[in-house]
Amino acid sequence: MCTKRHFLLWLICLAQPIFVAPVQAQQPLKVVASFSILGDFVKNIGGVRVEVTTLVGPDGDVHVYAPAPADARKVADAKLLVINGLGLEGWLPRLLQASGGKAPTVTATEGIAPLKLGSDADPHAWQSVANAKKYVANIRDGLIAADPADAEVFRNNATAYLEKLDALDGEVRAAIKQIPAGRRKVISTHDAFGYFASAYGIRFIAPLGVSTESEASARDIAGIIAQIRGEKIPAVFLEKMIDPRLMQRISAETGAKVGGTLYSDSLTDEKGDAPTYIDMVRHNIRALTSALAN
Amino acid sequence: MIYDALIAPFVEFEFMRRALAAAVALSLGGAPIGVFLMLRRMSLVGDAMAHAILPGAAIGFLLSGLNLFAMTVGGLIAGFTVAILAGVVARTTDLKEDASLATFYLASLALGVTIVSIKGTNIDLLHVLFGNILAMDDPTLLVVAFNATVTLVMLAVIYRPLVIESVDPLFLRTVSRAGAPAHLAFLALVVVNLVNGFQALGTLLAVGLMILPAGIARFWSRDITGMICIAVVSAIASGYLGLVLSFQTRVPSGPAIILVATVLYVGSVLFGNVRGVIRQLFPGRHLEA
Repeated sequence: MCTKRHFLLWLICLAQPIFVAPVQAQQPLKVVASFSILGDFVKNIGGVRVEVTTLVGPDGDVHVYAPAPADARKVADAKLLVINGLGLEGWLPRLLQASGGKAPTVTATEGIAPLKLGSDADPHAWQSVANAKKYVANIRDGLIAADPADAEVFRNNATAYLEKLDALDGEVRAAIKQIPAGRRKVISTHDAFGYFASAYGIRFIAPLGVSTESEASARDIAGIIAQIRGEKIPAVFLEKMIDPRLMQRISAETGAKVGGTLYSDSLTDEKGDAPTYIDMVRHNIRALTSALAN
Repeated sequence: MIYDALIAPFVEFEFMRRALAAAVALSLGGAPIGVFLMLRRMSLVGDAMAHAILPGAAIGFLLSGLNLFAMTVGGLIAGFTVAILAGVVARTTDLKEDASLATFYLASLALGVTIVSIKGTNIDLLHVLFGNILAMDDPTLLVVAFNATVTLVMLAVIYRPLVIESVDPLFLRTVSRAGAPAHLAFLALVVVNLVNGFQALGTLLAVGLMILPAGIARFWSRDITGMICIAVVSAIASGYLGLVLSFQTRVPSGPAIILVATVLYVGSVLFGNVRGVIRQLFPGRHLEA
């Protein structure tokens, strides 16, 4: 008996290096995500078993990004590449080719029916939390395929994170319910909230005939004011388009509230309002409800 | 019809009335300054000053973040420093005003860019500092009006030495010591008008409403009082017509105002009383005694 136990112990000791050591010696999986929101998803699912780098970091604009040589190296070193798809990362194919990376690619929007933005697919699918859950499932499957040994970890993390997202979805719906139905509209130049609008029923009305890039003319401002008065829009979120002082003026003249900043395409750094996806959605919904509440 | 085009926008929209008030205040302060700048051959000083205020704005930004007040005060101090140093060098050495100003504003600009890059941010400070005439809130409007008042009062005080110095500096030097202080006070007024103009209205508009009306006035009057009056009137007219143009055609307001002033200027060059092109081609009859 005693010897048998010793033998077993001995066996276990012998087995340790074989079964445990490879896992401990194994480096975390190197994952490259195209922008900060995807990076946040990967971090939540992969935990300590992945090492995430994002190509477009916090506060960067993924639409107009110009890859640097260092990015090509990140892509070349990666074991897995996570992208949004739906045409968001137009610069990516060239970067992939240039870097010679052979990592498999996960397209996080796979299986999501895209909305239209003009004639193209609207890539900002993450703005609906239901879609974010599909992102998470896609990324989880991609991670498992790239690193089957850690499948259990990824599955558990993903399940926990999906539960958080469910709670978040409930929070958003509860917050929207607080807003009277007639006031669920804002005037905004953000084109990134199509999915959010269709999922949660807040209308994002674009200011008529205003080009975002150039300086606003008196006609533009008068048009926006007339539109706000005509449609009785309770809040303006025009921070991307015009001077804050101009927005104050419009607000003073129409009685519409000036909404805060809405984050659409990227997270902020640690100190900002939206360092994670969940924080971002919470921040946006707070900005919307506080501007639209009576 | 005419009411709809010219008056209705101002009746219906408060921001248009405020923009017009700002344009009038800016014209009253800026246009006389522009006339003296032109007479002293310093018309390009405005553009140079726009760059000279950068380090001050940058230091204000470093000390207190994106605070408009701190950045404006910093810009004022930097502008004064450059203007006064340039003025002192020009008066005490052989270097002319334009050359000494050019050296100081370039040094100032380099310093500003360095300070901004130390902070490691790529925020366009000048963009933050510059306002828009369509966005006049109460404080900005008061500042513009206050500034116009101070400018007019100061100009009245230094008017005599300034005029004599513009026309015959040597004569002034022989009869009075008021030349240097008057000149420095004048430079200070230029900086105040520019910085406030930038903050309220943007570079183009601040410098444009200063210089173009002076150019226009040159073609219609020979004496300084007449020139100043014509400059102020044409600046106000440009502001009003520019706002109407911007309202009717979607041209951004700053450029619209300057474009109207440009049209007036071209008209003056062609048809002006005083050595306008047409006048020179067809001098008409000489008056004979």
